Amino acid sequence: MPDAASVIPPKPGEAGPRTPRDRILPGALRIERLVLEAAGKTLVNVEKLTLDPHSVTVIMGPNGAGKSLLLRLVHGLIAPTRGWISWGEVASGEATRSTQAMVFQKPVLLRRSVAANIDFVLRRRAGTKAERRVRRDELLARVGLADRAEQPARLLSGGEQQRLALARALATRPKVLLLDEATASLDPASVQMIEQIVLASSTEQTKIIFVTHDLGQARRLADDVAFLHHGQLTEHRPAGEFFAQPTSEAAKAYLSGRIVL
Amino acid sequence: MQDFAGAFGLAFGLIASGDADLFEIVGLSMRVSLTALLLSCLIGFPFGALLVVRRFFGRGIVIALVNSMMGFPPVVIGLLVYLTLSRAGPMGWLGLLYTPTAMIIAQTLLIAPIVAALSRQVLEALQAEYEEQFRSLGISRWSAVLALIVDGRYGLLTVALAGFGRAVAEVGAVIIVGGNIDHLTRVMTTAIALETSKGDLGMALALGIILMSIAISVNLAASALRAVAERQAYA
Repeated sequence: MPDAASVIPPKPGEAGPRTPRDRILPGALRIERLVLEAAGKTLVNVEKLTLDPHSVTVIMGPNGAGKSLLLRLVHGLIAPTRGWISWGEVASGEATRSTQAMVFQKPVLLRRSVAANIDFVLRRRAGTKAERRVRRDELLARVGLADRAEQPARLLSGGEQQRLALARALATRPKVLLLDEATASLDPASVQMIEQIVLASSTEQTKIIFVTHDLGQARRLADDVAFLHHGQLTEHRPAGEFFAQPTSEAAKAYLSGRIVL
Repeated sequence: MQDFAGAFGLAFGLIASGDADLFEIVGLSMRVSLTALLLSCLIGFPFGALLVVRRFFGRGIVIALVNSMMGFPPVVIGLLVYLTLSRAGPMGWLGLLYTPTAMIIAQTLLIAPIVAALSRQVLEALQAEYEEQFRSLGISRWSAVLALIVDGRYGLLTVALAGFGRAVAEVGAVIIVGGNIDHLTRVMTTAIALETSKGDLGMALALGIILMSIAISVNLAASALRAVAERQAYA
């Protein structure tokens, strides 16, 4: 699949070429006139959205609003029909994706041990074998799986599997962590642990984009909220304002617990 | 003409006494088929995985071709290898005709497509599950091929066992390129064909019993592997 778009040409007077990673950060996520169509239907249509490079952004909306699609567009897993996604100065694509990590709704774990799942990612990064082992143990401890290292990953419970997926995502030391309904239908202890790790990562300057339709979770995590309805961005505001006084009808209805069609 | 019970008696006698001729034949059969299997896996696993990972133009045709090669008649493959290796053929100067090497080549040509086609089927399901995650992690194509082979190991072992079963039981190709020469290229299947036509049913049956036991063991091993894989949720 082709990547989203080409790199923005450097501004006049800008010093010679730098590596993509340098240019991306610090940088906000900018989305402009983003449209995704499939089979004649418009699935996502976001006129303009700019996200702070360090906040916890929660993308909310009813099921089928296009939240997961927007997250995949942002991650560069699918290409938009039209429009723009860029991180700082760099268009979304292979280079930006390597600075991001995504936790999917259903964790995809390798058919290997818990430890080997982390090693799979760490092996692709710098560091000696000993350093990688320390880092792996650190990550497993962080998600409460230190004593499970040698177990087959697929025998873990749902919550444990998702915690392992989160640890693997963090193993890439992402600048941006994307979570797609990552805690839907997990046990409360796992939800709490994942939320705590996400918030801790945020204080370490990782940008978080968290897709959820769980209102309580959105309140606990969000610095700012983007509300999607029928693929349209109806509003994007700081969390306090959004929860106190949503402006769009869809968000009002959603927050008051009515079914949003 | 020996009677039926007598043939069985002779057969078990040969096996129990560790008859040298018998076990020489069994040994060569195993050597030829296992070598062909090893080569086929080295070719077939990566090829199958590559067909799964890469979406290139004409991929559908390549898959159809590999699939249809699965059903290639062994005698035809034997004939093609014979033509290539015979003195007048393009590879005749190698002097490989009527050697175990020629038999290994024929069996490899026979089962490599089987291993490749079955590997692709086994790995396709795995790829469907892993693809998005791998793209998210920025895993290169070759790393993905390797990861699919490692993670599909139980499925691929079953594939290998199927390939081995086909190779060891095959007669048409090896008799053409091997020639069934005593102490040189005589394997279980060609020996059974010969001994039966000679009327030495004891030897034929002894080989048949061993061949059947191998086939059954291979199948038992395959189901045991599946059970292990399921227990670890790796199936």
